[in-house]
Amino acid sequence: MGRSLNHERYDDAFIRGILDTVKTVAVVGASQGDDKPSMFVVKYLSDRGYRVFPINPGRAGQFVAGVKAYAKLADVSEPIDMVDVFRRSDAVPEVLDEVLALSPRPRVFWMQLGVKNEEAALRAEAAGMTVVMNRCPKIEYGRLSREIGWVGVNTRTLSSKKPQRLGAGVQRLQLGPRVKSPR
Amino acid sequence: MDKPNSGGERTPGFSTLSVHAGAQPDPTTGARATPIYQTTSFVFDDVEHAAQLFGLQTFGNIYTRIGNPTCNVLEERVAALEGGTAALSVASGHAAQVNVFHLLMTPGDEFVAAKKLYGGSINQFNHSFKSFGWNVRWADPDDLSTFEKAITPKTKLIFIESIANPGGIVTDIEAIAKIAKKANIPLVVDNTLATPYLCRPFEFGADIIVHSATKFLGGHGNSIGGLLVDGGKFNWAGDDRYPMISKPRPEYQGIVMAETFGNFAFAIAARTLTLRDLGAALSPFNAFLIITGIETLPLRMQKHCENALAVAKFLAGHNAVKWVSYAGLPSDASYKLAQKYTPKGAGAVLTFGLKGGFEAGVKLVSDVQLFSHLANIGDTRSLIIHPASTTHRQLNDEQKVAAGAGPDVVRLSVGIEDIEDLIADLDQGLAT
Repeated sequence: MGRSLNHERYDDAFIRGILDTVKTVAVVGASQGDDKPSMFVVKYLSDRGYRVFPINPGRAGQFVAGVKAYAKLADVSEPIDMVDVFRRSDAVPEVLDEVLALSPRPRVFWMQLGVKNEEAALRAEAAGMTVVMNRCPKIEYGRLSREIGWVGVNTRTLSSKKPQRLGAGVQRLQLGPRVKSPR
Repeated sequence: MDKPNSGGERTPGFSTLSVHAGAQPDPTTGARATPIYQTTSFVFDDVEHAAQLFGLQTFGNIYTRIGNPTCNVLEERVAALEGGTAALSVASGHAAQVNVFHLLMTPGDEFVAAKKLYGGSINQFNHSFKSFGWNVRWADPDDLSTFEKAITPKTKLIFIESIANPGGIVTDIEAIAKIAKKANIPLVVDNTLATPYLCRPFEFGADIIVHSATKFLGGHGNSIGGLLVDGGKFNWAGDDRYPMISKPRPEYQGIVMAETFGNFAFAIAARTLTLRDLGAALSPFNAFLIITGIETLPLRMQKHCENALAVAKFLAGHNAVKWVSYAGLPSDASYKLAQKYTPKGAGAVLTFGLKGGFEAGVKLVSDVQLFSHLANIGDTRSLIIHPASTTHRQLNDEQKVAAGAGPDVVRLSVGIEDIEDLIADLDQGLAT
């Protein structure tokens, strides 16, 4: 078995490339309860203009964080650009099986914070998908828009450009400008 | 799609981060310098937005006790300079310490602290923390086995200073970090005297850093402030000993900080639980002054270290001086540790003892004309004090000597004036 691409560190340009171009996101393992991180991600992304589909068999047809939920990935009638997985690392392969059966195939297979599966990453990449593991799209969007600076987090970005507000919210920002490497 | 990691993305240097990290032109006005958001509160878009903010579901500002955009710039600036994941600004260095301990300790717990510390910290640990039921066990940084021996099943953290006040002694951070790791407890390092310019404790295994930004970070003696910085490496998840970070919080509909906020959970808990309830918020105006000071941190620290070394050499060669404690002198006990932990310089703070003892020290402090006699360190101005009668006064004689603040000790915080003027001032002050 070959090795997948390095998933320890991601260039900001790589993550920005995903978050800039993806329009629809299915969140698999979107749990019950306002206290669950998956709810935070559904709400945060949908407030920033992404169409989000929470996938949870127990809440099919209900509204979850203001967004309609589905029992399984195949029930979503629109094309899904990215699948965001909130499951245990060892449950990831079965999620990938469902993802690979979708048509059109999603471009991005994203595993949440603490979720890592090299074997699934390899299979997804072999199928032409872009893979991210052990990251949260809410935190990454927060970093690259620099919104997360409002809670004192190190965004690891520098910019001398004025941030652009997103829509009508007083505290919603667009993803930052692309920073070209001098190299 | 771009490759995941092309190796082409650069990390900015320390001076660039000192000027820029955390800051961006203001979105509304384009203002380049960080605006001073001298406001108590912030409007919401609507009820939904307010609910999300209070529920920690979106990032933003509600009320300056919990967060303020000017203070946020300072937080990200210091987190970036230390190489941490996040930071929280508070009213003072002491408040930063209270905040850290409040998150990690419960009544009846113990902690191990190096006995070579700022007198204010020693008092805080021996008195106020004791009244909370947080019990200190002192250890000697010159004998690392005392740290291991002091650890019990009740020990929740270890606390040290990277460069210690008042003698400028350097602590073996990496060795103590190993002891902490073996006991599976976090290492807290007060990095005030070194600043991240001279020492970055996370690189040696520290878990949390505290700062009195009042000192070298702000650098100009005008603003009291403090920070705690999250190193992002300690594994809080599922650890019942630290329930504020690992357990469902009733204050926030049952969320678990460690699950929701990954490697910056400690800093978020510090803000949303401790700062919120204990209230030691930093003034936005103070934050602005400290941010401005940090922009010149590298330049100032270089000059501080150059001047301090020259002063230490002058004193060491002076016939009225019995001994000098400064890790930049090759003969000093901390010299080797300084080469490892603070290779760019040994800082600005040093102590010395006069042959004439206590009386000679008192005379010097009153005879200098350029050095300011006051209780502070880390100003552009050179400062002088006699710790035994001031900063370390409330310790007993044994504790004073153990802390490096015996009766004959004079402490200097060397500023950034012309070195000839500083030496001339000390020279005339030492003349009998």
